[in-house]
Amino acid sequence: MLIRRPAAIFPSQITAAPVYRRRALLAAGGLAAALAAGAQTRGAPKLAARPGPYSTIEKPTPYQYVTGYCNFFEFGTEKDDPPRLAPKRLRLRPWSVVVDGEVRRGRTFDIEELLKLAPLEERVYRLRCVEGWSAVVPWIGYPLSELIRRVEPTGQAKYVEFTTLADPAQMPGLSSSVIQWPYREGLRLDEAMHPLTLLCFGLYGEVLPHQNGAPLRVVVPWKYGFKSAKSLVRIRLVERQPLNSWQQSAPHEYGFYANVNPNVDHARWSQATERRLGEDGLFARRRPTLMFNGYGEEVASLYAGMDLRKFF
Amino acid sequence: MAGRGAAPAPLFAVLPAVLPAALFARVRAALFALALLPLARLVVLGAGPGLGANPVEFVTRSLGTWALVMLCVTLAVTPLRHLTGWAWLARLRRMAGLFCFFYASLHVAAYAVVDLRLDLHAIVSDIVKRPFITAGFAAFVLLVPLAATSNSAMVRRLGARNWQRLHRFVYPIAALAILHFWWHKAGKNDFGEPAVYALIVAVLLGARLLRWLAAR
Repeated sequence: MLIRRPAAIFPSQITAAPVYRRRALLAAGGLAAALAAGAQTRGAPKLAARPGPYSTIEKPTPYQYVTGYCNFFEFGTEKDDPPRLAPKRLRLRPWSVVVDGEVRRGRTFDIEELLKLAPLEERVYRLRCVEGWSAVVPWIGYPLSELIRRVEPTGQAKYVEFTTLADPAQMPGLSSSVIQWPYREGLRLDEAMHPLTLLCFGLYGEVLPHQNGAPLRVVVPWKYGFKSAKSLVRIRLVERQPLNSWQQSAPHEYGFYANVNPNVDHARWSQATERRLGEDGLFARRRPTLMFNGYGEEVASLYAGMDLRKFF
Repeated sequence: MAGRGAAPAPLFAVLPAVLPAALFARVRAALFALALLPLARLVVLGAGPGLGANPVEFVTRSLGTWALVMLCVTLAVTPLRHLTGWAWLARLRRMAGLFCFFYASLHVAAYAVVDLRLDLHAIVSDIVKRPFITAGFAAFVLLVPLAATSNSAMVRRLGARNWQRLHRFVYPIAALAILHFWWHKAGKNDFGEPAVYALIVAVLLGARLLRWLAAR
């Protein structure tokens, strides 16, 4: 698999310098190539980050597609609704996140504090949408476990529930009845604590654009994109499996786990293949979808013995 | 223009009920060119990066939308003729219907050939498992005999009565096309656009129903 191995310490400390430099160049080369291919950023504030583990060496999807083709139904159900409406409507400051539930040190975190909670890393992850398209995104963030550890989950904490902002004054899409607002998503605690799971503040070297879930979101690269909740206002540790919004809306189509799985079809379409945004042109073949979106080596053990057709 | 004191001219008297042959040929040529614009637009966009992040999706959806538009245009011809008295409209209906078939065929080709590369297993399982594709596929299958019998020779061969019976299939086709669009949007509960087309089709079919009831 095209993923750099994880490391408990910074890769430059354990890897021979020439090898590390070559790897870093490889990763940076992908970014540079994407930039050269017309993926100009829009001059949002820069967000400094060191290269993190687990990055794919696949070519990042051009910036204009990552930020121009978005599912963020709070701003409308068309792909160009969020980029059109979110920058004008969504206010990013002040912003705080309530972290509570089955924790000993639950409290409200200000966004500025969260930005400094742990060192920011750049991680180039594949993103697979449940609709059958995919992208490669250079996210910036740190493992969600950094935050969860600090609030000290109790023994009762088994799951994590994420809640997205739901303010009708800022989000015109809330008038639609497509799901029950606010948008809620959830992970098992071990999934949330997995080193791949990112609390994300930026992409392409800049702070998150409004339409991509600013000012902070989660990124869970082995699950369909809808699991990676955007514009978070609450992270709650709970004992029982939370009911995520899409499962509530269409339980026969969307489950709790939503692991990327080419062998388990969506109720209305096959999940065996996908189209890469901006790369797979009109006459390109669809590419095969990878089990766990290619992160099986890292996460398959989380689901050992589970029937993934039942727990879809 | 009507002179002083005369009754106001009927609204639709701007054009006569019968057009001179030369003018009719020009009107038809202009409408033919107009109906090709949606395809020309896709070709121009496709020459650059204009088809966006997901070109296959863009092209497929655009072609489907225009097939539906042409279907509405076709269904509008007869009520419009009754409303305006422009008898020459009837002679444009075949062209409109064939443009509907043209865009529907390209729509199906974009899905089956360009997107799925004629992967028959994938296509068949889509038709069986995805109700919105079942509806769209049925609409297209029903459209084929109408396109095949569209020329004057076929009208003669079938006889006007049989031909008309066969071509009444355009009504279930319209219903299936709306259903196809409606179910496609059902995943997002976003029925604004299909509702507009459903309303247009309902008005066009309703006009026929009213006329039929009035004639009884």
